[in-house]
Amino acid sequence: MNPFSSGTRLRDMIRAIRACKTAAEERAVVRKECADIRALINEDDPHDRHRNLAKLMFIHMLGYPTHFGQMECLKLIASPGFPEKRIGYLGLMLLLDERQEVLMLVTNSLKQDLNHSNQYVVGLALCALGNICSAEMARDLAPEVERLIQFRDPNIRKKAALCSTRIVRKVPDLAENFVNAAASLLKEKHHGVLITGVQLCYELCLINDEALEYFRKKCTEGVIKTLRDITNSAYQPEYDVAGITDPFLHIRLLRLLRVLGQGDADASDLMTDILAQVATKTESNKNAGNAVLYECVETIMAIEDTSSLRVLAINILGRFLSNRDNNIRYVALNMLMKAITFDDQAVQRHRVTILECVKDPDASIRKRALELVTLLVNENNVTQLTKELIDYLEISDEDFKEDLSAKICFIVEKFSPEKLWYIDQMLKVLCEAGKFVKDDVWHALIVVISNASELHGYTVRALYKAVLIYSEQETLVRVAVWCIGEYGDLLVNNVGMLGIEDPITVTESDAVDVIEDAITRHNSDSTTKAMALVALLKLSSRFPSISERIKDIIVKQKGSILLEMQQRAIEYNSIVDRHKNIRSSLVERMPVLDEATFNVRRAGSFPASASTGAKPSVSLPNGFEKPAVAPLVDLLDLDSDDILAAPSSSGADFLQDLLGVDLGSSSSQSGATQGPKAGTDLLLDILSIGTPSPAQNSASSIDFLSTADINNNTSNALDTLSSPVPPQIATTASTGMFDLLDGLSPSPSKEATNGPAYPSIVAYESSSLKIEFTFSKPPENPQTTNVQATFINLSPNTFTDFIFQAAVPKFLQLHLDPASSNTLPASGNGNITQNLKVTNSQHGKKSLVMRMRIGYKLDGKDVLEEGQVSNFPRGL
Amino acid sequence: LFFSVCVDITENELAYLECIHLFVEILDHFFSNVCELDLVFNFHKVYLILDEFILAGELQETSKRAIIERMSELEKME
Repeated sequence: MNPFSSGTRLRDMIRAIRACKTAAEERAVVRKECADIRALINEDDPHDRHRNLAKLMFIHMLGYPTHFGQMECLKLIASPGFPEKRIGYLGLMLLLDERQEVLMLVTNSLKQDLNHSNQYVVGLALCALGNICSAEMARDLAPEVERLIQFRDPNIRKKAALCSTRIVRKVPDLAENFVNAAASLLKEKHHGVLITGVQLCYELCLINDEALEYFRKKCTEGVIKTLRDITNSAYQPEYDVAGITDPFLHIRLLRLLRVLGQGDADASDLMTDILAQVATKTESNKNAGNAVLYECVETIMAIEDTSSLRVLAINILGRFLSNRDNNIRYVALNMLMKAITFDDQAVQRHRVTILECVKDPDASIRKRALELVTLLVNENNVTQLTKELIDYLEISDEDFKEDLSAKICFIVEKFSPEKLWYIDQMLKVLCEAGKFVKDDVWHALIVVISNASELHGYTVRALYKAVLIYSEQETLVRVAVWCIGEYGDLLVNNVGMLGIEDPITVTESDAVDVIEDAITRHNSDSTTKAMALVALLKLSSRFPSISERIKDIIVKQKGSILLEMQQRAIEYNSIVDRHKNIRSSLVERMPVLDEATFNVRRAGSFPASASTGAKPSVSLPNGFEKPAVAPLVDLLDLDSDDILAAPSSSGADFLQDLLGVDLGSSSSQSGATQGPKAGTDLLLDILSIGTPSPAQNSASSIDFLSTADINNNTSNALDTLSSPVPPQIATTASTGMFDLLDGLSPSPSKEATNGPAYPSIVAYESSSLKIEFTFSKPPENPQTTNVQATFINLSPNTFTDFIFQAAVPKFLQLHLDPASSNTLPASGNGNITQNLKVTNSQHGKKSLVMRMRIGYKLDGKDVLEEGQVSNFPRGL
Repeated sequence: LFFSVCVDITENELAYLECIHLFVEILDHFFSNVCELDLVFNFHKVYLILDEFILAGELQETSKRAIIERMSELEKME
């Protein structure tokens, strides 16, 4: 019974849905229909099942959830009649996909249907199998499909062939079974079966190497002959498209030849004739012809080298480039990018056309052409190409400017023949598209400028002239401001004139005008303003005559709403006012940044580029992100503060505050292994940590500790506490900061003469462990205390792998010496001693407090005990 | 009306353009001057045609005549 003959219901539903004016209405209609369908499903009425499923499929296509209909599909598939099966299989393909487990239930029905007497039903089953089968189903049903490839009806054969492609994709192991069948398909006359056979062979070649070998030996010539027949065949109205007989078959055959010829010289040889014939004889005024030519070109590129063919191929691509159809040009540009890798010369010949494509009105073609041009650039044509690109930059669209400027900068940086040219081109780019230029580009420019000492005068003069005209390009202003600040004296005195320059007169006042303009302009952003302020400071030293005016400008910025500006203005003002004697040495010429190291750093540390020292004079706060702290590491949580000792977050919770930053643990091995972890190489390099010299003490102690944290936060802090690396960092750091204390030597017994006697305390006591502290103070330093900790095992079992860890708040510093051993005998039959050194920076105001964590192994199981010591004697 | 075809990156895009052309021709022939409403109200038939045209992601038949013949046979079954 045709579900749609009295199908007003389905049609009505579709009409009703389409008549809805709003999404809410539509949802209401769909909901009502779904409810009806669900009710009918529950009634299990066989008559309307197919209509319901059809409606359900429509609803599914609209995007609503329809999983409740899946079982209906199965019931329909199991019905005997063709129409029901048809709807059932369609529902199966639409509503389910291969990931659903329900699919497995269909396997049996499929098996039966594959053996059905009605060939249409077999077709249905093959169709469903080919579209959505999963790997298990493929394995189960492969033999059936294999058999069907040889069926008498061509429709079944083609379906079976394509079904097999899916099967071998899902289960590559089964490929061998299909090889013979596929080879026989290649000899078919019926186009449909032939094309499916070709596709099956292609798939087999991709998946299985032996199949590939087999086809190469046995079938290459057959394929070539078929292709020749097709190409030379007379007009066949059934298959003709725009003058070519069955272009799809052409294309599939060419693809198969590609895979057969790739990597094999003999096969490639056999093909050259036919490929040449196809390439030259195919008409290319319609899309079908172009599609065939495109496939032919791809095949030529892929098989083994026959240079004459390759030249032919690239010529075809060149012809494509001048075609009016955008699709074809796009495709040609894509292919040329691949062709460049092995035949640069030939592609260079088409440079002019490609450059034209960069200016095309279509955006995707512009993009592709630009990428292709970037690949085409080499030392010979770089000046020419850059000139063209920069000329175009002036007239291009805003959204394209970003890409274009990025590529121009890239080309210029990579291939510039000389510094003068580099600076000129960059200047032009900055003038035109400054606001799109990325930070690392203009940083690199400044590095180059500072290295080209003979060009300083020229550069600063050129920048001055440029910035007068193009003052709205932010990056240009920044670079100009920096240069004028650095080389202002060269500007004013016309030093280092190059032959090509015209002399200009710039007074000191003019130079300061430019910078004042940068500060006061409404659309300068904070970086530019900050840079301008620094430049003013430099100029106040270099131009003593107008230092009053400069001072006025700086003073005015004291009231700026930007905090950064305020701070700088106040600081610089105080330098100008009160520290004239050191001012000139403060703002001396920047030391030349070494280009090589800069490039290495830049290449290796893009994410951290904000904090490299190579940034000239712009001291943006070098913060490190607070890394995600592992939640379990609460006790000895290590906060990571800003390097510039920003006021520590009082908002941090009490625990972090108390436990602060100090790292006071030792592990059983206290090897002083040098060498920081590789991952933080860059940071350590900048901050000069990792070098053992105690002279690295310039920053405050907190900084060193926080960098120790950076290392630690790369792994679980608990792990690092017992690894040898952090103690090394901590001890190196402590070498730096504990100038007052004696050095690093892990000597367990520091016999210092006791100062005033302090009573020993029981720091910790539990049922299994007791810890006692005895104190002594070295007489020369009242802030330091030597503590000897004694650990006693109160339990009847021996503790092994005994580790003591301690943490102290920020105002204390702690150093742990290695313990005397890490096995604690039972019942107090022996003990472990460990020395600690505590320095109290708030000596006299706050007393010592410490948190401890003791870890040991008891009968192979890990045990952890924690405690706090707050009963230190006063006065320590 | 938009036709979207999802293809592998290694595929020949121009060929699939031809595919779409062929498909539309078949639809046109089948529905006699096809319009969008035909596709909406007869989506199951469109799927039938599609199943004869493409299977397992590959082209199944390139002859318009063959597909139309097959469709008429299938219609008789229903």
